[in-house]
Amino acid sequence: MKKWILLMVLPALLSLSCSQDGGVSDLRFDPLPYAYDALEPYIDAETMELHYSRHHKAYFDNLVAALKGTPLARQPLEVLLAQASRLPDAVRNNGGGHYNHAFFWKVMSPDGGGVPEGKLGEKIEASFGSFDAFKEAFTKAALSRFGSGWVWLCVAKDGSLFITSTANQDNPLMDTVEKQGKPILALDVWEHAYYLSYQNKRGSYIDAFWHVVDWDAVAAFFEASL
Amino acid sequence: MNQQVSPHTLPALPYADNALDPVITASTIGFHYGKHHRAYVDNLNRHIAGTEYADMSLEDIIRATSGKADKAGIFNNAAQIWNHTFYWKSLRPGGGGEPPAALKEKMEAEFGSVNTCKTVFSAAALTQFGSGWTWLVLDGESLKVVKTANADLPLTTGLKPLLTLDVWEHAYYLDYQNRRPDYVKAVLEKLINWDFALENIP
Repeated sequence: MKKWILLMVLPALLSLSCSQDGGVSDLRFDPLPYAYDALEPYIDAETMELHYSRHHKAYFDNLVAALKGTPLARQPLEVLLAQASRLPDAVRNNGGGHYNHAFFWKVMSPDGGGVPEGKLGEKIEASFGSFDAFKEAFTKAALSRFGSGWVWLCVAKDGSLFITSTANQDNPLMDTVEKQGKPILALDVWEHAYYLSYQNKRGSYIDAFWHVVDWDAVAAFFEASL
Repeated sequence: MNQQVSPHTLPALPYADNALDPVITASTIGFHYGKHHRAYVDNLNRHIAGTEYADMSLEDIIRATSGKADKAGIFNNAAQIWNHTFYWKSLRPGGGGEPPAALKEKMEAEFGSVNTCKTVFSAAALTQFGSGWTWLVLDGESLKVVKTANADLPLTTGLKPLLTLDVWEHAYYLDYQNRRPDYVKAVLEKLINWDFALENIP
């Protein structure tokens, strides 16, 4: 894997206070942790730029607008999303859209790929039989998500790992999903995530994704969840 | 519409693949018709081979599987074949403009004006979150605008579809990327086939 210099080329960290009414919020639009072209050839620069600066930014801006002046603005994002069933659509959809994308950027890296090691590697082998069996199950979930959505590797409350898929911008933190858990790996299978490079070939995009998965980041999310 | 039974085939595109250019490019049509629409046909044939659905018409399959979670694979592919065939007919080179008089009257009766009807249709297309479709339908005698998610369609809810707009990202991403509003506006101004909508009014 080619080594890339990490470039912080993006707009300065946009810290946003939603606390006009005295509350505390953790809402912020962080810079992408690598350059737009850093994940090439697996994910092209144009896709990354549109995905981060248009799609993700729109979810963030719409979330801020939907929360403004409401008591919901005081809550940390993860706490907010856990009550998805009671949220207005604009908060659920844009809150999910912001959380999911911010998380997705963190589990990819130009130095990614390979096989998870250590505790996470052992846990995946114990849970799915082998790393290849895990990849196969995750890929199948990604291929069979009909319409727009996400695929996740999560840690359940009892500490076990499971793969799940959510529609649109829902995620496993939400109380609207079949099985809730703490995400440690995510794959966006909205068409905007891959259409410029892969068009109808979602399978090729999924194959490419494994080359950029940052297993160190996934392992850190795994250990933080325990 | 399509009464054909298995194996289902890909209906011919009603115009050349570059006929909608530049609003919808030949490249988009090449994938959308040549890959996505075709894949739904191939997948449906594979799913229904040797099942009770093998000898049913497309519309019967859609009605028989609608709302059944364990038949989602069949329903999604069957409905997407129907939706796409209907979508191609809802567009035409040199479309847009003023609707024919009989349709215009209905729009004015229901929405007050053609422009309001178009505005309501656009708003539905822009607010369909995720993948889906926007429809002009007849609900009894009156015109309505509805939106559906993923493969869902008005056929199964007692509404009569008159025309549709595909707002899955694959319908516009190569040409418009994240700018769905530009796609919707351009199609309504330049491609929408009002004559087809009128033909669908009994």
